[in-house]
Amino acid sequence: MTANAPPLPSSFTTVIGLEVHVQLQTETKLFCGCSTQFGAPPNTQVCPTCLGLPGSLPVMNRRAFDLAVRAALALDCHIAPFTKWDRKNYFYPDLPKGYQISQFDLPFSADGQLEVVDPKGGWSRKVGIIRVHLEEDAGKSMHDEGAGTGDTRIDLNRAGTPLCEIVTQPDLRSPQEARAWLNELKLLLVYLGVSDCNMQEGSLRVDANVNLHIPCDGGPEAGGRIAKTPIVEIKNMNSFRSVERALVYEVARQFAEWQTTKAEMGKTPKQTRGWDDPAGVTRAQRHKEESSDYRYFPEPDLVPVTVSQAFLAETRGAMTDPPTVLRQALEAKWKISAYDADVLVNQGRDLVAYFEALAEAVGEGKVASNWMQQDVLRTLNERGGTIGEFPVRPPVLAEIIGRVAKGDFDTSRGREIFAEVLSSGRSVADVVASLGIAAVDDDELVALCRELLAENPKIVADVQAGKEQAAAGLIGQAKKKNPNVNPGKVRALCVDLIRKMG
Amino acid sequence: MSSPILGSTPAHGSLTRKDVAKVALLARLALTDVELDTMTRELTTIVGFVGQLEAIETAAIDPLAHPLDTQNVFRDDVRRPSLSTAEALQSSPRHDGEYFLVPAVLGDTGAA
Repeated sequence: MTANAPPLPSSFTTVIGLEVHVQLQTETKLFCGCSTQFGAPPNTQVCPTCLGLPGSLPVMNRRAFDLAVRAALALDCHIAPFTKWDRKNYFYPDLPKGYQISQFDLPFSADGQLEVVDPKGGWSRKVGIIRVHLEEDAGKSMHDEGAGTGDTRIDLNRAGTPLCEIVTQPDLRSPQEARAWLNELKLLLVYLGVSDCNMQEGSLRVDANVNLHIPCDGGPEAGGRIAKTPIVEIKNMNSFRSVERALVYEVARQFAEWQTTKAEMGKTPKQTRGWDDPAGVTRAQRHKEESSDYRYFPEPDLVPVTVSQAFLAETRGAMTDPPTVLRQALEAKWKISAYDADVLVNQGRDLVAYFEALAEAVGEGKVASNWMQQDVLRTLNERGGTIGEFPVRPPVLAEIIGRVAKGDFDTSRGREIFAEVLSSGRSVADVVASLGIAAVDDDELVALCRELLAENPKIVADVQAGKEQAAAGLIGQAKKKNPNVNPGKVRALCVDLIRKMG
Repeated sequence: MSSPILGSTPAHGSLTRKDVAKVALLARLALTDVELDTMTRELTTIVGFVGQLEAIETAAIDPLAHPLDTQNVFRDDVRRPSLSTAEALQSSPRHDGEYFLVPAVLGDTGAA
């Protein structure tokens, strides 16, 4: 995984918990009407409330709360009937008020779970959710990397942006699982329209807590015990791939450190380490403040929120199927494999809609799924863009697939037509005509096959001797005589004719 | 139960000088030795007063999360005009016309 990682040790358990912040897909900030649009010039989306100017007061964004509840329901969480907000006090230049409005002892939801299943059936992992709460983001600091002496510049556009904080139980058991689980979480939240989860734009951020459980003196079975290494929180990971790499590195580092120091959890304070992606290492950061150091107290400027069963029922009713349900539905309805359903669903809701329209038009799932994966997805990856703006719409692709099924041309010809329709924007009929692809009529085909057999006595003899696969040698020659012939048909017809020759 | 404000410090009884020094640091207050002594004495008295509240029987009383008897105040997710950058920056001790400027901060607390 990474060149810097010391060699991996043998038997211990890796214990990983994640803390994920996702930006909710709202027009405006959590407590004021400033835009949350990414990429605006610095300090153009700020107002007295998010700047923390005297006399300003926060008012909760209804959509932010609704989206947060949607996320929590999708994560199988219990929604608290009564919730309130608290001030988390700390001083940092990107936090204009000197406190963050967050939730401390009465988060709006808790006790959920999300399972990730390996599509190839190798493993699955159910991860408990400790809590989901709703809070505001801080601003952005830009440090002068070079001299280390310059000013730090502060952009407060992001300050006050609504975030959902999702805290998992330490249920993950490997860096690979952590990455797979994050992918599933992201997919879920994107499907539900809760967040775009764009890590480059900071709408999804992950911190990981990791430590090792190492059996000592033969482990509990042999009367020994489990040593737990001090928990390390890793920050600064800017992709799911970095999360995996950072964890792989950290697991090896902790084991090496344990072998030298034998330091165990509880005897040293919790450490925070930052991931240095180019260097491929984690580095020690400041010691994290204790929860009490934040001097939480109830936010007097916001009134509590109560949640009714009617509201929950309404929210549930408005939620679309989560990816897990959709995968199973596609598998059952279109008779495709779990793996195929996984590939399609993982591409997002719009691609699934395209697939279903295609399968409907073709009247069959498997062949539609094959074309989606081999042709549509590959082309989409090469071209970029979204499935929504993909020029070949489902009815057109269905027409090509239908004509392949009818035997008008073979799959490889079908692919050429697909490519031509894609690049020229012309109709299938038009492209078929211009490529000189005309269905070869049966008389013509019989004549061509007789000609081939006359020219290839050796192949004829081989087939007569029972080596039917020898007929494959005729295909290339047939294509030379007439590029429009269907190879499958030529082969079947030739074998048939040879049999009749006795 | 530990107080979210003073951590593991008991709600009544003695408050040490060390406790006060820590709270002062968290509040970014630079107290002199004399001030620290004064604050320790005065805060101990205040915490003592608060401690008297613990004598009250509260088992049958619901916790109060907010003094107002109002709930569920929301606004719609609709944009409202922001300040101009010039207005936003005008009260800042230092800025460059685009950003607020502060003395170099090393590392990232990223406490969000």
